Amino acid sequence: MTEISPADEAVPVVLRVNGTDRRIAAEPRRTLADALREDCGLTGTHLGCEHGVCGACTVLLDGEPVRSCLLFAVQAQGAEIRTVEGLADDDGTLHPLQEAFWRHHGLQCGFCTPGFLMLSAGVLETRPDIGDEELREALSSNLCRCTGYQTIVEAVRSVRDAAGA
Amino acid sequence: MSWVGRSIRRVEDPTLLRGVGMFVGDIGGAAAVRFVRSPVASGLIRAVRGPAYTIEDLDADGVGNIEAVLHRPDYVRLAQPLLARERVRYVGEPVAVVVGDTAAEAEDLAEQVELDIEPLPAAVGIDGALAPGAPLVHPDESDSNVMVAGEMATPGLAEALDRAHAVVDLEIVSGRQAALPLEARGSHAVTERFGGRTTLHASIQAPHMVRTVICDLLGMPEADLRVVAPDVGGAFGQKLPLAREDAIVVWLSRRLGRPVAWIEDRSENLMASWHSREQRYRLRAGFDAEAHLESLQADVVANVGAWPCYPITWGVEPLMALAELPGPYTPEHYGVRSRGVASHTCPMSPYRGVSRPAITLALERLMDIAAPRLGLDPVEIRRRNLQSDFPHTSPTGLRHDEGTYREAMELAVRHVDLGAFRSRQHVARAAGGPQPGIGICTFSERTGYGTPAFAARAMGVTPGYENVELSMDPSGYVTVRIGASPHGQGLETALSQIVADEVGTDPGRVRVVASDTDRTPYGWGSFASRAMVLAGGATYLAAQQLATKLGSLAAEALEAAADDIVLADGRATVAGTSVGVDIAELARIAHHHTQRLPAGATPGLSVQAGYDPAGTFSNACHVAEVDVDPDTGGVSVRRFVVVEDAGRLINPMIVDGQIRGGVVQGIANALLEEIVYDEDGNILTTSLMDYLPPTVAEIPDIEILHLETLSDATVTGAKGVGEGGTIGAPAAVLNAVNDALAHLGVELNEMPATPERVRAAVRSATGTPAGPTN
Repeated sequence: MTEISPADEAVPVVLRVNGTDRRIAAEPRRTLADALREDCGLTGTHLGCEHGVCGACTVLLDGEPVRSCLLFAVQAQGAEIRTVEGLADDDGTLHPLQEAFWRHHGLQCGFCTPGFLMLSAGVLETRPDIGDEELREALSSNLCRCTGYQTIVEAVRSVRDAAGA
Repeated sequence: MSWVGRSIRRVEDPTLLRGVGMFVGDIGGAAAVRFVRSPVASGLIRAVRGPAYTIEDLDADGVGNIEAVLHRPDYVRLAQPLLARERVRYVGEPVAVVVGDTAAEAEDLAEQVELDIEPLPAAVGIDGALAPGAPLVHPDESDSNVMVAGEMATPGLAEALDRAHAVVDLEIVSGRQAALPLEARGSHAVTERFGGRTTLHASIQAPHMVRTVICDLLGMPEADLRVVAPDVGGAFGQKLPLAREDAIVVWLSRRLGRPVAWIEDRSENLMASWHSREQRYRLRAGFDAEAHLESLQADVVANVGAWPCYPITWGVEPLMALAELPGPYTPEHYGVRSRGVASHTCPMSPYRGVSRPAITLALERLMDIAAPRLGLDPVEIRRRNLQSDFPHTSPTGLRHDEGTYREAMELAVRHVDLGAFRSRQHVARAAGGPQPGIGICTFSERTGYGTPAFAARAMGVTPGYENVELSMDPSGYVTVRIGASPHGQGLETALSQIVADEVGTDPGRVRVVASDTDRTPYGWGSFASRAMVLAGGATYLAAQQLATKLGSLAAEALEAAADDIVLADGRATVAGTSVGVDIAELARIAHHHTQRLPAGATPGLSVQAGYDPAGTFSNACHVAEVDVDPDTGGVSVRRFVVVEDAGRLINPMIVDGQIRGGVVQGIANALLEEIVYDEDGNILTTSLMDYLPPTVAEIPDIEILHLETLSDATVTGAKGVGEGGTIGAPAAVLNAVNDALAHLGVELNEMPATPERVRAAVRSATGTPAGPTN
């Protein structure tokens, strides 16, 4: 019979985050979000609800936007994880989406921003010519309480249009 | 070219965009605090068993009670313990607290705590709390649940209503709502091993006030507590009052000698943070033959929950309604009774707009209902009634400075092309299916008020002024230390624009320091649409003083008259010449070559200024176009137009952001968001599957137009703009929903206008057409 580890006993986990392997010890019940924030020190991934609605914790898992509060860290082993800290270039140059959010005033308090940036990055990388309606629908995955959304939509649209030009 | 008036990019953004901001939950390195909360709405605590601290531990340490006070005879004074003592009064009230090494361990510990509570009947809802024989929330202190009751009437009100050409009666109801900042509350405290000084980081709006009250409660000098609001993930009023949890976090860190942190989860935030807006208005309005609103009588009740909030008290909603209900209109006769009624529900705090979304809903439904009875359309009845002589003094003594009440409405109506809309509506009526409707809302918003306005409330502490310390360092950079506490509004950017203009530098050479009691002058924080007016005004005055100092330095260096010195583009020059000196060089002289200063001059370049104005009124007109499906009750907002007059726009991009975000919260308040309790006081909306903030799918683009009345009530000419969007949107949307269904005789005066309520209104409709006909 296979022995099952207790949920509160840490096991070794390797997470590949922004191109770097992170070796951590995580309880099986530890969420990917908590592992990124507390074990990897990557606190740019935010927690707004911890039940999968608000999307502030959105990261890319093998290129797909996922809610990191709804995944266990152990489930993410072997996957390429990307977080907001990996968006800008190594020399500090902002990613076009970060530039666009800045230019279009797509953030106010900034708490939802990492989630929206990663959601938008995932959407534009997989569907670079996404239509306006579909883009709006995709962005309805996440919540923002400050901006009223319009400037977020304008920011993402401007990056899509610049890439397609 | 001036920096004020330009939409420059925000200095706040790069940190936040890179994900390297510092919110409370990002600090780490602390033991986890978890609160054990009451599972019942009302009951007697028989025992608390398990590894937890209770009120007995706080009492043993001599920790005090919170006293949120209004000095008025109709106000019930209470002493609120930091944890429940003897009784619980709402689901979610903190009864005990545990500390674990990790958040998971703290949750495990909390589950081991057993609360032995004898349940009692609960008072829930306005009618439940006011009913004869209703269970009392504070039976030892009051023999009714009415905790504050304001009343006033101008002479001749009854006679004026009797002789009115037309009398309109109206009841409107606002459901209970939550501000729902995306970052819930939280706090983190560290006490130094030697010296015993504590640093509290907390997600709050008013760090200096929080330091004062926590030190009062714990009996410690304020010098021994540093309070910092790091990056704050939205607040909207919910993070203005003292959170008892934050005081307990400080107490725990001092008692245990280890860093501790409490990070509120979303369910706690919805259940036990603060709620707002549960109100009922009954209006009787008398109009004369020309459709002028002559007399207005109101009965207002706000369900303020189980405890007052510090320092604003549970008078904030009912007494604001009393003072500001006449809004942008000019009734000669006004009478009001406004009560705050306690219930076994979560306490109330201010939420963006406070009472004004409901005030505005009441007045603007009144105008739309009165218009057809007086043979007018919604535009004409407002045209005849909106203020146009300034300054105007309201029946409650509020001075309205100059605004553009009528102009804003005329511009909005032209912009939407009302005639074209009515043609489309006519076609849709014939076709059946979803019905288009349009709604207008005009309102005034009292903003940027200082001590005089708060003093009129007779609060236990009187907020109001703001102080600013401004200094230019030897490198020529300016540091602005403010008592306000921005949390996403972009105030740092806007203040840097003001400073840049006054001292002739650019915003990139200005740094704003805020939200840290060790590094800023005492001030009241960011709330009530005040920061740009108050902190902006103080900054402007301080920057002028700095400019004067630089001017005299330059005059000395250039052997010119101080009046002839012009500060611009980093240079001080003699007007009309090319003779000049770099401002950075003047900064060096002021610090490093003080032998060159005039005799008696103070070394350095530091100034300070305070600002404490009486207040100003912003105004706006909102127009909503909706589609309503009479068969499903579904409402979609198709178009939303705002004409806003917030005085001088320091950074138009930031102003538009405030308006847009506010409107979207207002649309959600109008259609989606509601905290629901069952009849026993159990809360049913504790997740984002039950409480519904809007996504981009529910929200149209918001069209914004500006009028710019430069206020003589503020030194910068700017008026406040933080709350207006949320104030106007609910009434515009409700008027539009009623307009869409007017041909069915529907009248719906309750928000949120959920599909269930729309359907109920359609089912009970008279079939007689009502409402606007223009």
